[in-house]
Amino acid sequence: MNIEELEQIKESVRLQNAKFDHEINVCMGTGCLSQHSDQLKDALGKAVETGGKNALVRRTGCMGLCAAGPLVLIDPEETLYSHMKAEHAEKIVSSLGGEPVKELQCDLREHFDQQVHVVLENSGHIDPEKIDDYIARDGYLALVTAVTEMEPKDIINEITESGLRGRGGGGYPTGLKWGTVAKAGGDIKYVICNGDEGDPGAFMDRSVLESDPQRVLEGMAIAAYAVGASKGYIYVRAEYPLAVSRLTACLRDARRRGLLGSNICNTPFNFDVEIRLGAGAFVCGEETALIASIEGRRGTPKPRPPYPAVSGLWGKPTLINNVETFANIAPIIRKGAKWFAGMGSARSKGTKVFALTGKIKNTGLVEVPMGISLRQIIEGIGGGVPDGHKFKAVQTGGPSGGCIPEELLDLNISYDALIGVGSMMGSGGMIVMDDTSCMVNVARFFVEFCMTESCGKCIPCRAGTAQMYTLLTRICTGHGTMDDLHLLVELCGTIKETSLCGLGQTAPNPVLSTLRYFKHEYIDHIVHKRCPAGVCNMEAQKAAEVPEEVLA
Amino acid sequence: MSGGIVPAFIPPPLPSDDKRWKIVAGTMRKNGFARHALIETLHTVQSSFGYLDDDAIRFVARSLRVPLSQAYGVVTFYHFFSLKPPGKHTMTICTGTACYIKGTDKLLAAAEKRLGIPQGQTTRDGKISLMTARCVGACGRAPVILTDGELQGQMTGEPMIEQLERWAVE
Repeated sequence: MNIEELEQIKESVRLQNAKFDHEINVCMGTGCLSQHSDQLKDALGKAVETGGKNALVRRTGCMGLCAAGPLVLIDPEETLYSHMKAEHAEKIVSSLGGEPVKELQCDLREHFDQQVHVVLENSGHIDPEKIDDYIARDGYLALVTAVTEMEPKDIINEITESGLRGRGGGGYPTGLKWGTVAKAGGDIKYVICNGDEGDPGAFMDRSVLESDPQRVLEGMAIAAYAVGASKGYIYVRAEYPLAVSRLTACLRDARRRGLLGSNICNTPFNFDVEIRLGAGAFVCGEETALIASIEGRRGTPKPRPPYPAVSGLWGKPTLINNVETFANIAPIIRKGAKWFAGMGSARSKGTKVFALTGKIKNTGLVEVPMGISLRQIIEGIGGGVPDGHKFKAVQTGGPSGGCIPEELLDLNISYDALIGVGSMMGSGGMIVMDDTSCMVNVARFFVEFCMTESCGKCIPCRAGTAQMYTLLTRICTGHGTMDDLHLLVELCGTIKETSLCGLGQTAPNPVLSTLRYFKHEYIDHIVHKRCPAGVCNMEAQKAAEVPEEVLA
Repeated sequence: MSGGIVPAFIPPPLPSDDKRWKIVAGTMRKNGFARHALIETLHTVQSSFGYLDDDAIRFVARSLRVPLSQAYGVVTFYHFFSLKPPGKHTMTICTGTACYIKGTDKLLAAAEKRLGIPQGQTTRDGKISLMTARCVGACGRAPVILTDGELQGQMTGEPMIEQLERWAVE
């Protein structure tokens, strides 16, 4: 494969598509598929045939607005239809070339106009299982350019200059990580893509893997060339069957095209990727635990150093990056570090994909430039809290993150700003809560999560999260005392400072951040024995406590 | 061990002539019977048989030359693996954050009440298993349940109970 061949494929796809007057893109991500968008696509195909329209019906990945699915996008008119059913197919098809069907149309300019799509640039526009569709949108141009025209050190420089930081949560500078692996000695090195998106409430990685899997493979291949690896693993949750099947198909196609395998682009560079399935352990998102899992062992973390960059998979230097990080690589190589660094804030460059969920009107996936304010995302793009309820908090960073109250909504999003307010970027889950959510109960929910997901290797996390859970349960059921609260705070400090890995170190964050901004709710539970949101059922608990003789 | 010819490894015979064991053996062969294929192989066993029983774990451990304790440790460590046979139908309720905020705790309580079993159990007649999941990544459709693996979004109590009733009388 060389650049001319890529251009040829691009041209042939363009000619192929130019035969049609309209393109009907049907979202077939997990969200829309659950509402039978596959049947919708068949119905649209039939309607095009019987209606004698010259239109292409295409399966695409996620268009972002999952709550309004199934979604259909008509190009070149850019008409978006939401809540589609198979019976609407004929109506839509017969309207092609004329006025769009107003009652089915979805006009959400404020939702889409403020977004900047880099990672999601192809999502909803290409068939994820057609490699030619990807190539037609400049896919693999970056890999071919990198392998044939660039030195590994130039690529690492480019990534470093772009200011890209790890999108998995920690925000470690990607270029620095690549540089460390490249400098590490030894012939055998590995590249791992972390697709173990265990963070509840986040689905960016699933969506990218389902909608544009080739982009992730291309990013991995460029990384492998830059650090000198020839073998890659992509670790995906077993809970994402669609992502796994699409990846499998894409791997096969990429190998067939000679974009993976031996002597890529007629150079000495070899690289191939294998899929590894997760088995439902949140801790496997931690890099050393993930490596243990790929080696076929229990996913327990190891103390670092040595970092995986020096001694990782089977003791060899290993580069681990998140799905979204790899998805950013090809555009950076293609458009240059300057372009990427031109977006975002001082120390957080580029864009970030967020999974906007919870009590919000426009639920789904959004991609925004770093530095945008939380208010713009929630009130502008998200459309605010529905049903006349009042916004209370937004939770970012999953079980490791925190709850951000309304007075901080004007915060501009960056890795450092979020840590400053007691939360973190995390992988990009953003869960909006309104006045019907009890913050003590939410804290308890996250602590319960960490308790059940603790791998048990170190005591602060194993025993500490269980004790935190007990204390929070006491408070939620009206048995808590102020002493319990003090003990809870002390325990949070101990767990934070003494746990082995990120899971334990960040497990107290939901408690600490809710205590910081919503202490009055804790006091209400403890002193007044009432739950302001009406979530915690204290009365039932009180009744159950009454000895049976008295009831009888 | 010094100097002698190391005999080639011969994997143990299949536990029975059940065809599904051939699929399991296929996964191991594809990975060259390497120890690191343990999780991959267990995935194949679970997808073929629905769960992992003692015989299956023993067979896989012996075939991959992994200590039985390590194999059992892996099986019990990962939530995805089940040591008990599933019911004829499985209802999985997502308890991820987005679903929780949208009230799946109430759905779960209603299902537990209807079936008379806590989460993670199967009804005594073996018809329905009630499971929970830690986020299936369909948060945009929250609250979400899976009926026999099929995703159903924006769920409420009534259609969920109706589904359980349909299964119960099958």
